[in-house]
Amino acid sequence: MKTAILLFPGTNREQDIIKAVTVAGGKRPSVVWHRDTALPEGTDLVVVAGGYSYGDYLRPGAMAARSPVLNAVRTFAADGGCVLGVCNGFQILTEAGILPGALVRNRGLQFICRDVNLVVGTEKSPFTGGYRKGQKIRLPVAHQDGNYTADAETLKRLEDEDRIAFRYADANGVVSDETCLNGSLRSIAGVLSENRRVLGLMPHPENSIEAGFGGTDGLPLFKSLLETLS
Amino acid sequence: MSKTVPYAEGIDANVVRDHGLSESEYETVLSIMGRAPNLLELGIFSVMWSEHCSYKSSKKWLKTLPTQAPWVVHGPGENAGVIDIGDDLVAVFKMESHNHPSYIEPYQGAATGVGGILRDVFTMGARPVANLNALRFGAPEDPNTRHLVSGVVSGIGGYGNCVGVPCVGGEVNFHPGYNGNILVNAMTVGVAKRDRIFLSAAAGVGNPVVYVGSRTGRDGIHGATMASTEFNEGSEEKRPTVQVGDPFTEKLLIEACLELMATDAIVSIQDMGAAGLTSSSFEMASKGGLGVVLDLERVPMREDGMNPYELMLSESQERMLMVLKPGREDLARSIFEKWELEFAIIGHLTDTGRMELRWHGETVGDLPIDPLAQASPEYDRPWQPTVPARPASMAGVDSITWQEALLKLLSSPDGASRRWIWEQYDYLVGGNTMQRPGGDAAVVRLEDAPSKALAMTADCTPRYVEADPVMGGRQAVAEVWRNLTAVGAVPLAITDNMNFGNPEKPRIMGQFVGACQGIRDACLALDFPVVSGNVSLYNETNNQAIPPTPAIGGVGIVSCDKVVDLAFKAEGQPVLLLGAPEGAEGHWLDCSLYLREIVGREAGPPPVVDLAHERRVGDLVRALISEGVVTACHDLSDGGLLMGLADMALAGNMGVRIHLEGTPSAFALFGEDQGRYVLTVANEAEATAVIERAVATGVSVRKLGITGGTELMVNGEEGPTVAALREAHEGWLPAYMGA
Repeated sequence: MKTAILLFPGTNREQDIIKAVTVAGGKRPSVVWHRDTALPEGTDLVVVAGGYSYGDYLRPGAMAARSPVLNAVRTFAADGGCVLGVCNGFQILTEAGILPGALVRNRGLQFICRDVNLVVGTEKSPFTGGYRKGQKIRLPVAHQDGNYTADAETLKRLEDEDRIAFRYADANGVVSDETCLNGSLRSIAGVLSENRRVLGLMPHPENSIEAGFGGTDGLPLFKSLLETLS
Repeated sequence: MSKTVPYAEGIDANVVRDHGLSESEYETVLSIMGRAPNLLELGIFSVMWSEHCSYKSSKKWLKTLPTQAPWVVHGPGENAGVIDIGDDLVAVFKMESHNHPSYIEPYQGAATGVGGILRDVFTMGARPVANLNALRFGAPEDPNTRHLVSGVVSGIGGYGNCVGVPCVGGEVNFHPGYNGNILVNAMTVGVAKRDRIFLSAAAGVGNPVVYVGSRTGRDGIHGATMASTEFNEGSEEKRPTVQVGDPFTEKLLIEACLELMATDAIVSIQDMGAAGLTSSSFEMASKGGLGVVLDLERVPMREDGMNPYELMLSESQERMLMVLKPGREDLARSIFEKWELEFAIIGHLTDTGRMELRWHGETVGDLPIDPLAQASPEYDRPWQPTVPARPASMAGVDSITWQEALLKLLSSPDGASRRWIWEQYDYLVGGNTMQRPGGDAAVVRLEDAPSKALAMTADCTPRYVEADPVMGGRQAVAEVWRNLTAVGAVPLAITDNMNFGNPEKPRIMGQFVGACQGIRDACLALDFPVVSGNVSLYNETNNQAIPPTPAIGGVGIVSCDKVVDLAFKAEGQPVLLLGAPEGAEGHWLDCSLYLREIVGREAGPPPVVDLAHERRVGDLVRALISEGVVTACHDLSDGGLLMGLADMALAGNMGVRIHLEGTPSAFALFGEDQGRYVLTVANEAEATAVIERAVATGVSVRKLGITGGTELMVNGEEGPTVAALREAHEGWLPAYMGA
């Protein structure tokens, strides 16, 4: 699997992704600068990592979505390429229109860094094949703008097409608006594109790949990608 | 001032006073200059000789602190301390205050405090790997406190989260003594290759002096002078002296500087902190024994119409000054342009020993560097030793059950969980955080030596220092050492952030002198040198000084496979207490959190720190941890034994049953006797072995009980469930901040 990680000014979790891919057994990803207009030859997976691209000035992800490299990613995704957007990466993908919906300020208005309980919504994707539908997992979040919102029609399509990859849940795996940490509609923590080859999620699977360093519940996501794309 | 004192045009005695210079200091200026200084030159003397930049009141005492050890690479005097951590790596760290700005404008004050300390670390070539902070706020009842907590916490988070450096630890106190002067002390720990450390001493006559980073604006002019006076009713007017931070630019500056540092282009580099371009250029030239010419019109400016005075004194953030090797300018420029940062050659080094400031070719300032930078005033201020507090009355100490007392302490402002604060900080970015906030010390794995980790913590107990500065200073260092030990780390060195009131008052100066003595004693006894630090004086409002607060930050090293935390791990594990005094689990209630929160009495001398005992117990605990015997470990501090056990129960989500030798008195349960640790081990055989080891080492040891169940039980008396403990512990701060 050839992985390319986008590097915008302000990206700060690229090393975490590199570590996760290599711990999962993959080759060391290459890093693509935001002004580049093409992805490396033979790229199998593009990762848009977390951070504060362009300082999150204007809106998180808004400027990165209009950068030169995103045109290449848009084409790559349209051709069926696999794209993973984590946190700021998810925000960039929604701002770019590659994924539906938007991420607005958390319900409590504050930045939240903590482990959260998630329920896997679907195992039918290159990202979630390593989990079981309904499986309860625990991943950290670290964001201030992770409150997922979309119009009713989009939400219905996401549900009908089984495209909600992860939802926030309580300790017993129960999903409810009250226990959703950031106010996301339908407790959505991650969504898939129509062709199921693009995933955006707010939690950080890359910070849950080693026992003693945040658990290993994020590892199946990277292993599943490796199996599918290698 | 006598009529014969000469002034340059436009300057009089009032202007000199407004620049914070005393009459005698102005006399010295005249003799150094050989003429009356113009306004630009006066401004430069003003900031260079401010307390903040010159350490004129504290220098004499700071020199008495131990700074040497075989593992110390660079002690105080550089931007940050540097210690050898093996594997050809060094840890670079420092703690610095941003108190005055944070009180005036909490968000930006705290944010730029984080930015400043980050620059101190990466200017030496180290990638920052962790941030910590030590915060003191006024009483919760004070109408300003909520606003200040909210602003400071979001400022620290807003800056640190964006630059992508995990904020892994810290401490917070609330006390009416900080009502008019909060303390915001930020610490950064970085890691560099041992042979790639960058220093600030300039070298090479003719070499270009280069400015990089953000443009210079009018913000923060005379911030260093502001931080060197007391506050009064008019302090609101000082808001323009608070700088505005841009963490995004800082992130770019980190990446650009580290990229350039990987080449051979840099001769020396210095961040522009307090007193901006003035102190950075003086520092570099002075350390190199050289002179410098600056063409100030070349400084990148944020707005039109700025003059040399403003350019030299601005404290705009996210700027660095460097001396490059000749011929490397284009290489450096290309890196900074790639990161979309300013890059300007603004001058060159000379052999004159003078600073010549030019404005469109005309000389507008000309000062001798050495006298200014090094011969700044040094005072031996009169000081009066603090009279140690007399023992407090213990009347009413047993007026409440231990169950009630525990819940009350856990939900008191100084005993409550700080989760509401640290969950606003990204403590995970980097993927190396092994122990998160909330434990004894944070543990962060080394990217370039992944079997090892750095342990780090920041501590001080101001009520102890207030009651007895010598013992309190000693205790602050000992507690840092103990917290590092409790996770299994070998403590290596500290940084000290000395926060005190007005040093011109002998009583305050006496607190400073006492605390230095206590710190010194502890550093010597524990082989724990001071490698960097910062002094913040004049923390007074309307004549009311803060409690003396020497915040200590410490760093240690540990193998990743040896790290322990404080959580109870499994049911049925024996619980041991090490280091307790003769005949009791504890007995020292004077000056304790219990006495203050339960009895309402803030009195009495602090617990005695016996440094030989401290070392003996700590060395044994560390050895046991490194042998893999210990399943959980926690040192005892505020709230004593029962608070310590509650912490362990909460972390492990598991109860514990203990039996005391005597009756469960407040003295035994909540006494704050020093040098004590609670450990758990896997089984009775291990417990017996540990007890034998302790006895052989001369460390007091006693088996307290056993883990398990859902509640905390003492001598068969039922106590709160873990759920009730959690509600008390976690509830207070969110409720307070949400009210």
